Amino acid sequence: MTETYRDSGRAGLEDEEEFVDILGERRRSSDIGFSLRTFSPHPYRGALSCSTADLNNAVLESQYLRYMAKEISMETGSSVEEVREDARGILEEMSQNLQLGFIRLMAYVLSKVLKRLFSSVLVNMEGLNALQQAVQESPVILMPNHRSYIDFLAISYIMFSYDIPVPVIAAGIPLAGMKLVGEILRRSGAFFIRRAIGSDKLYWAVLSEYVKTIVRRGFAPVEFYVEGLRSRTLKSLTPKLGMMHMVLEPYFKGEVYDITLVPISISYDRVLEESLLAHELLGIPKPKESTTGLLKASKVLQEDYGSMHVNFGRPLSVRQLCEGRINRGQYNLVPRDLPQKPSEEAQACVSWLAHLMVRVQEEGSLISPWSLMACLLLQAPATVLSEEGLLWHQLTEKTLWLRKLALDFGARLNWPGHVPDLDVISSTMAIHRSVVHRKAGRVFLVQEDEPARKHPVSPEEGVAKMAAAMLMLASYRNQSVHVFLRPAMLATAVRITKSTQRDELFAFFCFLQDVFSNEFIFIPGKSSQDFEEACFLLKKCGAVHVSQQEVTASAAGLEVLSFLQGLLQPFIDSYQVMFRYLCEDAVHVFSEKQFHPAVRNLATNLILSGELHTYEALSSDMQKNVLSALRRLETVTKLRASEQNEHKVDQAAVRRIGDVLSGKIPPQMLQTPPDARL
Amino acid sequence: MASNSSGGGSSDRQRIAQQRLRIIAGHLQGPVDGDSAILAAECKAQGSKTDVCREGKTVPRRRQEIMKWNGWGYSDSKFLFNKKGQAEFTGKRYRLSGMIIPGLKDWMEGTFGANLQHKTPATPLLTSSAVQPATLNKAFLEELKSTGIPFSHDAEDRVFRAHGHCLHEIFALREGKFGRVPDMVVWPNCHNDVVKIVELACKHNVCVIPYGGGTSVSSALECPPEETRSIVSLDTSQMNRILWIDEKNLTAHVEAGIVGQDLERLLNESGYCTGHEPDSMEFSSLGGWVATRASGMKKNIYGNIEDLVIHIRMVTPRGVIEKSCQGPRMSTGPDIHHFIMGSEGTLGVVTEVTMKIRPMPEYQKYGSVVFPNFEQGVACLREVAKQRCAPASIRLMDNEQFKFGHALKPQVSSIFTSFLDGLKTFYITKFKGFDPNRLCVATLLFEGDREKVLQHEKQVYDIAAKFGGLAAGEDNGQRGYMLTFVIAYLRDLGMDYYVIGESFETSVPWDRVLDICRNVKARIIQECKDKGVQFPPLSTCRVTQTYDTGACVYFYFAFNYRGLSDPVHVYEQVEHAAREEILANGGSLSHHHGVGKLRKEWMRDTVSNVGVGMLKSVKDYVDPDNIFGNRNLL
Repeated sequence: MTETYRDSGRAGLEDEEEFVDILGERRRSSDIGFSLRTFSPHPYRGALSCSTADLNNAVLESQYLRYMAKEISMETGSSVEEVREDARGILEEMSQNLQLGFIRLMAYVLSKVLKRLFSSVLVNMEGLNALQQAVQESPVILMPNHRSYIDFLAISYIMFSYDIPVPVIAAGIPLAGMKLVGEILRRSGAFFIRRAIGSDKLYWAVLSEYVKTIVRRGFAPVEFYVEGLRSRTLKSLTPKLGMMHMVLEPYFKGEVYDITLVPISISYDRVLEESLLAHELLGIPKPKESTTGLLKASKVLQEDYGSMHVNFGRPLSVRQLCEGRINRGQYNLVPRDLPQKPSEEAQACVSWLAHLMVRVQEEGSLISPWSLMACLLLQAPATVLSEEGLLWHQLTEKTLWLRKLALDFGARLNWPGHVPDLDVISSTMAIHRSVVHRKAGRVFLVQEDEPARKHPVSPEEGVAKMAAAMLMLASYRNQSVHVFLRPAMLATAVRITKSTQRDELFAFFCFLQDVFSNEFIFIPGKSSQDFEEACFLLKKCGAVHVSQQEVTASAAGLEVLSFLQGLLQPFIDSYQVMFRYLCEDAVHVFSEKQFHPAVRNLATNLILSGELHTYEALSSDMQKNVLSALRRLETVTKLRASEQNEHKVDQAAVRRIGDVLSGKIPPQMLQTPPDARL
Repeated sequence: MASNSSGGGSSDRQRIAQQRLRIIAGHLQGPVDGDSAILAAECKAQGSKTDVCREGKTVPRRRQEIMKWNGWGYSDSKFLFNKKGQAEFTGKRYRLSGMIIPGLKDWMEGTFGANLQHKTPATPLLTSSAVQPATLNKAFLEELKSTGIPFSHDAEDRVFRAHGHCLHEIFALREGKFGRVPDMVVWPNCHNDVVKIVELACKHNVCVIPYGGGTSVSSALECPPEETRSIVSLDTSQMNRILWIDEKNLTAHVEAGIVGQDLERLLNESGYCTGHEPDSMEFSSLGGWVATRASGMKKNIYGNIEDLVIHIRMVTPRGVIEKSCQGPRMSTGPDIHHFIMGSEGTLGVVTEVTMKIRPMPEYQKYGSVVFPNFEQGVACLREVAKQRCAPASIRLMDNEQFKFGHALKPQVSSIFTSFLDGLKTFYITKFKGFDPNRLCVATLLFEGDREKVLQHEKQVYDIAAKFGGLAAGEDNGQRGYMLTFVIAYLRDLGMDYYVIGESFETSVPWDRVLDICRNVKARIIQECKDKGVQFPPLSTCRVTQTYDTGACVYFYFAFNYRGLSDPVHVYEQVEHAAREEILANGGSLSHHHGVGKLRKEWMRDTVSNVGVGMLKSVKDYVDPDNIFGNRNLL
């Protein structure tokens, strides 16, 4: 543990944290020796160790599962024994089988892989020390964000290195299907959850009892991705609440004194899957998880991915967080191990906590210089990037300017302090040479060149080629978008409403939150604090004057405001394109299958005609978000009877939203009840 | 009888003799204070059996003659550290009296970080001038005088009846601080005296607060500071006769002021007992039990107070409430006894009670079981409850309390006993592999005829064995029960050395017992930390009663308050948080201590709005002018 890395990029902030490169030691000593090290973690003091068989047995024999088996057998007509047999099957498919031997194997392999991929893997020691304490005091839930396959097991690897109990990890079932690898993961602590559980009552019952039993017993931390899956866009995803509810319930019901949540932010200079992801977003399906696929992908091992940051957040006490938000007495009158629909209060509390955790993950992530550059590159016209090239010195100047703004906004920057700034920018560019290259003092976007073209490139194909690169840039911008988001929304409100009145701006700000709450993470019920924060930050960087009633743009703030407006513009434009599609005469009822290609067509045409300046409308992720947002706002409804997943549009309402977004009409409050799906 | 009533007959006799002397001396002296004329007036004998001699009674009118004014229990009994720095318990009343307790000092230092050099002595004497002058209602006083019922407005008498035994109450007394105290004390001798007093109180709008044994731990005896009327403390201690015993139906009719130890002793003389033994039975009164819904440690055989009571007479501002017959069960609408039981002095004064009695048990046997951990112990108690074979008493102490009990072991006289002790410890920890920091102990008390007791004992030990329990001897069991009687004395010792503490209780369904114990103990520790307590607190619990569907859990909590500017406030905050935790974990507001004023903020949540409304309408009907104005409960 020698190479300490001080990210002096955050010098402006008071708490300068110490990151340690855990690969430093690995590069000097043997990996075999490391994987065979004495591993002596201190687990939660109340916990007794618990074998896989014990655990599974406890789950199957639980009062809850017995009750559910009876209920399901009554509903389905099969015998209780059959149902219990099914439950056993589900459990076998699901359960982890954590074994130290396999952790050692994993530690060995990962040492090799990480050293090959990354120049350094940086971990904040302070967070790790706090975690080491926390695991002894109560059951711990590790909540990393999920940006790359490599995240998986990275946490376990770090835990192993620092004598912290290795977690059991919730994983998607496709991983279990991989030959050999599935089993290795299982033995390294992964348990597998099916993707579409839907209304399979028995499955839910087994899963929740399984998770709750692990939390109650506390013999190992539970690790899960509150975002549900790997973010294809590197932007935080709206949290999924099912798993969150399961891990919290033992606290709600008093079965444990407290639960500690540890948000973990993993940030990459360069993501392994960057181009795969971009293609996926353009509708080219991701390759199925398979062992051979994994071996083929080994060519990614040849490249340089810079460094990886793992920032362990401060351990958070669920008890403290939930104070005043949950009345635990609500479970007093029904046996706690009978199924009970969660109360609205509980649902709201879970949702709030889940959103909060994602926000903490965002705030803990390290912003790379490249992400700042991506923000800027995306604001240049596409033709400049593809043909004329952007002036290098302009880009560097602007990047340094943005660095200052980001610091003003409280971002954690991954900007090495001991290297000249220009070198930082150059080396960052070098890592990302698959996206941009520099020639004769200008910066160009790298477009994929497919070998052996037989016919000239059609305009549509041209758009698709640009799109892949543009979406990659957009993903890297997304790594830092949360830093600028709230001020950017205020800046946008200022531009669109042309008002200086606080209340009008606030109304529009809330409207934006409402429309974009599937796109960005907003903590439910925090709009006014978000607005205050936006005002504060813009005032801090001198972009606006704030008084009791008014927020006015300052003359000096033009550059900041226009940058921030530009940051949000692609989102607004893309949403408008989709609103426009939905308002076409022919579209009253549509299926999701039609929606994606149709929007893609429309967007392509608009790009070609020069009407649309962003490529992000082509992203299936954004398309899905628009649909979810409209469904939430009850302007699009899913037809129940439909087998093709058909939707009905209230075109007038969609048009209204579009009109507010473009400033034609003032925002009527489109508030909907807080999103509390489970 | 077991442990409470001292080591043998001789000291008993001695005590009674001393008391008699004192009383005689009192008669000779005449009225102590010119103003407070204490008039002796005999009530007419109402029953047939009034032949029980008065001198055998524990509680004199002037309680200060035998009891501490600012601590628990008898003046002659207390813990102290002698010149050698060893703990000893003074007096002659208890088994532990006159003994050296070698382990206590280390335990106190180790558990609390207390230090014998750092003392916090109490104000030695009650300064009458510090007591608010009495607000007297002249008209009431005049008419009262004419009844001949004894009364007093001596400061000491008043202060004595202004408090129960909550920590904040005793702490204030030790500092010589007095808040609102009653303006006078009356000592009715019988039911009719009470009727007269209540009539006069209504007539002259005087506030009456009934006072029984004064062992309340719910701030029930605290005078509401906002009360502007004259407050009369109605001390029932002189209404202490057994009026008759009905041997055909096995009932006894008793005046409600009698204290537990007298009731048992007097019944024992006739070969009977009630079997109602709350931990406070030395001092708490029958009327107090009824008014708070008390519970006794042997309720498994004899039942709680609501099971024991056959008939109640209560004087209210509206008149006397009682049933017309003594049928063992009635279907006559809601049971009016249940308006009275738990009314905590807000509706009237309980004057006479008819109670079930039982022939004294032929045989009594203590026992104890050591479990490897608390979880196993609770599982065993649950199984015992399920099989409905609970002994007269079964209590499970957690590890901290087990250690505490250990620290209270008196010095052993023979090397052989200490050798045996060592051997036992070795067997349990080394041979059986019990972790000394996890093991816990259950104490047992069996009662009945000899054969059945032995049979019962075997059944219980067999169940215990299934949960890894090892029989640990009678001695440990007996010491466990002794602890309940001396623990209140120990608090006074703690308070001499910066340690304050208290116990509180709840009842909870079986499936929640472990959760509530863990969570409440952890909450106490955390709250202490958060509130700046410098030393780790003692936070411990025990399961003291089993029922078919749940258990009663007792928590003990104490800490060293050195370095805190307002320790009582911190203490109260922590206790408040602990109660919140209890409620959040499905525990009840109280199992038997009652609500008083300490817990009334939670009443509405506990019994619902309509429930509070029902109680309130009863109060409004029975006592429209709030004569019984102690403001408990609602």
